[in-house]
Amino acid sequence: MQSMPEISTGKNTVIVRKSIDTGAHKLCYHCGAECGNANITIGDKLFCCDGCKLVYEILDKNGMCNYYELQSHPGLSQIKPLRSDKYAYLDNEQIAEKLYKFTDGNNTIVTLYIPGVHCSSCMWLLEHMGKLNPAITESRLNFTKKEVTIHFRKQEMSLRQIVELLATIGYEPYISLDESDKKEKSSFDKKRIYKLGVAGFCFGNIMLMSFPEYLSSGNDIEHQYASLFRVLNLALSLPVFFYSASEFFTNAWAGLKQKTLNIDAPIALALLITFLRSLYEIGTGTGAGFLDSMSGIVFFMLAGRIVQDRTFQSISFHRDYKAYFPIAVNVVTPAGVVSRHLQDLEEKDVVELHNDEIVPADAVVVDGRAKIDYSFVTGESEPVTVEVGKTVYAGGRQTGEKLTVQLVKPVAGSYLTSLWNHNAFAKNKVEQNRKDSIIHLLSKYFTIVLLGLVTLTAIYWAFVDASVIMPAITAMLIIACPCALLLAVTFTHGNLLRLLSNNGLYLRDAFVIEQLGYINHIVFDKTGTLTEDASDYSMRGDAFSEREKDLVYTAALSSNHPYSKALVAFLGKRERVQLGEWKEFTGKGVKAISGDDYIYIGSSRFADNAGNTDTDHAACYIRVNDKLSAFYITPKFRQSLPGIMPQLGENYKLSLLSGDNDRQKPALERLFGSGGNLLFRQQPVDKLNYIAGLQEKGDKVVMIGDGLNDSGALQQSNVGITLASDVNNFTPSCDAILDAKRFAWLPGLLKLARSSRYIINFTFVISIVYNIIGLSISMQGLMSPLIAAILMPSSTITIVLITTGLSSLMARRYKLHLDAPVTKT
Amino acid sequence: MSALYLLVLASIAVAAFFLFAFIWSVRSNQFEDQQGSAMRMLHDNETPQTDNRKF
Repeated sequence: MQSMPEISTGKNTVIVRKSIDTGAHKLCYHCGAECGNANITIGDKLFCCDGCKLVYEILDKNGMCNYYELQSHPGLSQIKPLRSDKYAYLDNEQIAEKLYKFTDGNNTIVTLYIPGVHCSSCMWLLEHMGKLNPAITESRLNFTKKEVTIHFRKQEMSLRQIVELLATIGYEPYISLDESDKKEKSSFDKKRIYKLGVAGFCFGNIMLMSFPEYLSSGNDIEHQYASLFRVLNLALSLPVFFYSASEFFTNAWAGLKQKTLNIDAPIALALLITFLRSLYEIGTGTGAGFLDSMSGIVFFMLAGRIVQDRTFQSISFHRDYKAYFPIAVNVVTPAGVVSRHLQDLEEKDVVELHNDEIVPADAVVVDGRAKIDYSFVTGESEPVTVEVGKTVYAGGRQTGEKLTVQLVKPVAGSYLTSLWNHNAFAKNKVEQNRKDSIIHLLSKYFTIVLLGLVTLTAIYWAFVDASVIMPAITAMLIIACPCALLLAVTFTHGNLLRLLSNNGLYLRDAFVIEQLGYINHIVFDKTGTLTEDASDYSMRGDAFSEREKDLVYTAALSSNHPYSKALVAFLGKRERVQLGEWKEFTGKGVKAISGDDYIYIGSSRFADNAGNTDTDHAACYIRVNDKLSAFYITPKFRQSLPGIMPQLGENYKLSLLSGDNDRQKPALERLFGSGGNLLFRQQPVDKLNYIAGLQEKGDKVVMIGDGLNDSGALQQSNVGITLASDVNNFTPSCDAILDAKRFAWLPGLLKLARSSRYIINFTFVISIVYNIIGLSISMQGLMSPLIAAILMPSSTITIVLITTGLSSLMARRYKLHLDAPVTKT
Repeated sequence: MSALYLLVLASIAVAAFFLFAFIWSVRSNQFEDQQGSAMRMLHDNETPQTDNRKF
């Protein structure tokens, strides 16, 4: 903000404006932000703020300016001013201990999650932390997980100092003690990768050694080699059967114990029969068996499952309110202010809250001006002022000055947190989705039909030629393995998962795709979901002349109040006028005098002493002499909204659940059209119950929200999608996370998810054709290893090509990206 | 033709070597951070030396 004296003369005004104009081209050396009028320089390098300058100084002092060579303006992440005791709780050894990976009293290892990591300069800086402080012996960044592992000497530098150093250089770690947060970040399933490697090794070698068998008619290769190859094949198939394929047997067995036929049951049966028949043939010297087909099937099915089960390592889907709440808060005790772990808080504790801190439990204001931002908790868009003696609710964020409150409820018993006791949170959606999957339904029918055919074949051959029974039915069971069905599903899901994530929709697991395909009702939250962080401004009342607007502009420019800033933004760049007098009255407004003109900006009582303003929802009132106007700040709807709502309305029923008031109802009604159901002032439990009500009527509901107040609805819905402006920020527990920048692509993304069903059905038809060919051959008792060796890979390859090809084609049809967006590094 | 015995053994041995190389690379976390490794090698200074003896 420009201070007053510099704009006191007309001549100066010109100079100031000039510096603004050229200032637009001056970028901060550290972070690349516009420097504006700020005059912070070192040599010829310009900085936008002291934070950036500080980082530059630290780096320069330690000879680390290589950071700037790698990337221009690398410090893109906004450096927030750090409150000196924000991380005081890390001095509490009990809390710090939980974060250590290893400590021997001095040498310590800690791993911290740093959401701000985005480019190779970040990596360079974080891996050279040892230059900033020699107590850090090693630091290594896992870029994919955004985790830095720091080795340091605790006696020379505490964990708190490490974290504060990180925060100073712009990489503030996200610290959470929530176990569920950590478990998910564990690496991919290494065991399955080993199994895949072993299966691949054995499959390749068995194929190689089966070639002589395929190519000869039996007489050409000498007998000794034939038996050598068969024995070697058998030896190589043992690790496949007993190690790589073990999960099919254990899963099938677990299913049978619960009296269900899951997809693994027919697979396990086919593998078992194949192995036993091959063993028999090799043992009696009557044939070479089907070991090549068996190991091939295992290899491809494992590959399919790995593709399908890929996870997003730096994203968390299972956070509840604990991850949003602070780890520790400052409690006022007779012995002074101490930092106390959240779970150790009790009723009657007196807690100090600073700007931007979160109320840990329902409490009564004891001292200070409470201005609580509940937008994440209730969806109300404006901060609420709470007087001393009144209650503030858990989850609200204090804005402004220091506040002292006394807790009246324990953390888990607060109004918001009690939502998690609702029985909607007891059900396991992951398991439910797995059970509802199309694959289980199909595998059941598949098994029944197959067993029926086997019986018929056995009966037929019993009358015609009993010696053919065993070869025929074993060949049937071998060739009709549902692996083609399984591959169709796993590869379609795997590719769609990849395509959706390239377009900003990250799913918790592949089964969410199927659920998304069944959706017929979309429920939106308003604040943060349909609206952006930015606001729309409007003014109603008496029209001001250009000169009067200049007066208002100049008066508002010198105030730091958010409403004044909004007013300046609304008026745009204007001429500044000379003010005779300017005064800001805390809690009321701004008064300015210029010549004969009086300007008042502020509350209705302050600006309008005549008292004839109505009590509508204006942010503030502006009076210039006797002209009066009201200034409104309304949350801005996402730009893409008018474009996509009619598209969604064609295919889905639409609802809105807003925790806010109904001031924007007319605008929303236009967006949602006649079919939309709009509900306002919804409590978190109301939202949950509304969704449950829709489901009782048979609707499949997707809830799109962003705040903690949507947690219940997200959990209750068939698919809960959280909208996040940064996927690494806090998001409540959900099934999918949508990048807010990609909101406009929502209709296409939903259509793509829906197309998975058609792709899978289509590939089922193809796999059934293969099965019919294979079965008709084996029912006649004519199946040979060569035919099996041709049928198996060709069906597999067709299915993999068709599923990936079709899903990519669909993505193109819905105008989505096929590859990951190129990130500017 | 008895050279075949040797060749078969040799081919399996080579394949087995690659299998163990694969398992070793997975076990030593080489696939944990594929983006990071690609960037790290482009930095001019040598990366901080891993000194596991201390711990």
